[in-house]
Amino acid sequence: MIASLPRPAWLRTATALYVAAFLIFLFMPLLTVAVFAFNDAPYPAPPWHGFTLDWFFGNEESGRVGLFHDTELLGSIWTSVVVSLWVTVLSLAVGTANAFLMERYTFPGKQLLSVLILTPLVIPGVILGISILSLSSRIADVMDSMLGLELEFLRPGLPLVVLGQFAYVATIATLIVSARLKRFDRTLEEAALNLGASHAAVLRTITFPYLRPALIGAAAISFLMSFENFNTTLMLVGADPPLTVMMYGRMREGASPVLNAVSLFLMLASAALALSLMRGSSKK
Amino acid sequence: MLPPMPVLPLVLVRMAEPSTQRRLVLVLLLAPALLWLLALIILPHLDLALLSFRERAGEGEHKASLVQYGTFFSEPLYWQVFVRTAVMSAAATALTLLVAFPIAWVITKVARGRASSTLFILCLIPFWVSETVRSLGWLILLRESGVLPAMMVKLGITAMPVELLYHDATILVGLVYTSLLFMVVPLVSSLESLDDTLVEAAYDLGASGASILRHIVIPHAVPGITAGCIVVFMLTLGNYLTPNLLGGKNSQWFTELIYTQFIVRFNWEQGAAFGFLLLGLSTAMIALGLRLSGQRFVDVMRRA
Repeated sequence: MIASLPRPAWLRTATALYVAAFLIFLFMPLLTVAVFAFNDAPYPAPPWHGFTLDWFFGNEESGRVGLFHDTELLGSIWTSVVVSLWVTVLSLAVGTANAFLMERYTFPGKQLLSVLILTPLVIPGVILGISILSLSSRIADVMDSMLGLELEFLRPGLPLVVLGQFAYVATIATLIVSARLKRFDRTLEEAALNLGASHAAVLRTITFPYLRPALIGAAAISFLMSFENFNTTLMLVGADPPLTVMMYGRMREGASPVLNAVSLFLMLASAALALSLMRGSSKK
Repeated sequence: MLPPMPVLPLVLVRMAEPSTQRRLVLVLLLAPALLWLLALIILPHLDLALLSFRERAGEGEHKASLVQYGTFFSEPLYWQVFVRTAVMSAAATALTLLVAFPIAWVITKVARGRASSTLFILCLIPFWVSETVRSLGWLILLRESGVLPAMMVKLGITAMPVELLYHDATILVGLVYTSLLFMVVPLVSSLESLDDTLVEAAYDLGASGASILRHIVIPHAVPGITAGCIVVFMLTLGNYLTPNLLGGKNSQWFTELIYTQFIVRFNWEQGAAFGFLLLGLSTAMIALGLRLSGQRFVDVMRRA
């Protein structure tokens, strides 16, 4: 029952218990991952053998290769960062263009386009991956047999991973930027134009500053979506896997606490990103 | 803020860009959208469709055929996994709704001010971390040598550590866990707009909790429930990581069959047909959800 109505004691207790159980459910896996990053044992499993930082700083000599000496793992983090930056730039550019297109213009077929823009969200990631794989391979095969051109970027690898992730992240960027552009008070632009400002000047001094929070938010979400993507990436990945695929491979071989260390690192990075975003938005 | 009336026509004249320039900008804005959708969504799916309707007839030769779809129906393993994936996804969606609804209710109607926003943010935090990390957490908690079996032995519930991984229930727990966010957010946004005085009025007139829920709260929350269920079902159906890691060999998830055909067996024709079947199921369920709740696709997706 809502707060303004009398609630019997048992209902209050039940509510409190439910919320507590829910929060434990929510945070238990993350806490477990974090705790076992510091366990002094070769497997991330109980019992507790004492505290160690080996899984972060250990090197060949200590017999335990920690995160900061695990070149394979560090390489995959770097791969993920590069892929995510590309996806972010592409998605932000296309998303912003889409937002202006859908909020400011009318043209034949607009209704259809507005539905099409949303479809990437309802296509399962695995299918998005295989469809792009199938088309790009076909193009590469045709180019190879007709022109003798070997187009390496159309074969599984990072360029395809970027395209596959961009295919659906662009929709998310579009939605975030559109939502803010919709609420924009256009009389501000009209006033500036009335006072003799050029269209470019209006865009630069009024519209874009207003959109800034949405652009930053869209960039952060795009980066995160891309960094965490697994399904689409798995289908398009080549010889150098991004972090999620690398972690998956290692988890199947049997987990080592290095994975806990890299996970904790990711949690802290995400938390920092989330906090700075919330700070930024609360200032506005 | 409207400008004073007499100025308005003048403003409109000043506002209108020369029509050729405006048309040029329109074309420039249309180009990236069309390029993106054509090259990465429409053409790849057409290609996948073509691929699924052919079979190999010798070296580098192909002919049109329905054999890929035929195999799906004639091979019990394939359609059984398909049905199983659909049923498990539906179960996971229903469970997610049951778990998320009370929390959304507490966030919007019971907790006040700071407590409410804190609880909401706490719900969002785990989803800033990759699904791989969350699955790793469940692996460490649930496997035979893991944390929960050890606790159960200590508490005297079981004599020996038991394997909690690789059960259907484990897969469901993992799926509900990864889906919660996508249910809580639309539920909160639809419950937020429910006017408290409606609930108060019903209470004053003697309605019971159950009847308030049935006649006031749920009808009002239908858009949020639909949006949440559609998104959760679709994500669950297309999930690969959680069933694969938590279910092991027993997971029998349809996306795994697609992966096997494409990447392991290199039988792309068969994989393409499987992909289309999954896409068809996903689309059908979305259409059904929209129909049952009488909503439009565009509105639902905006809400989610």
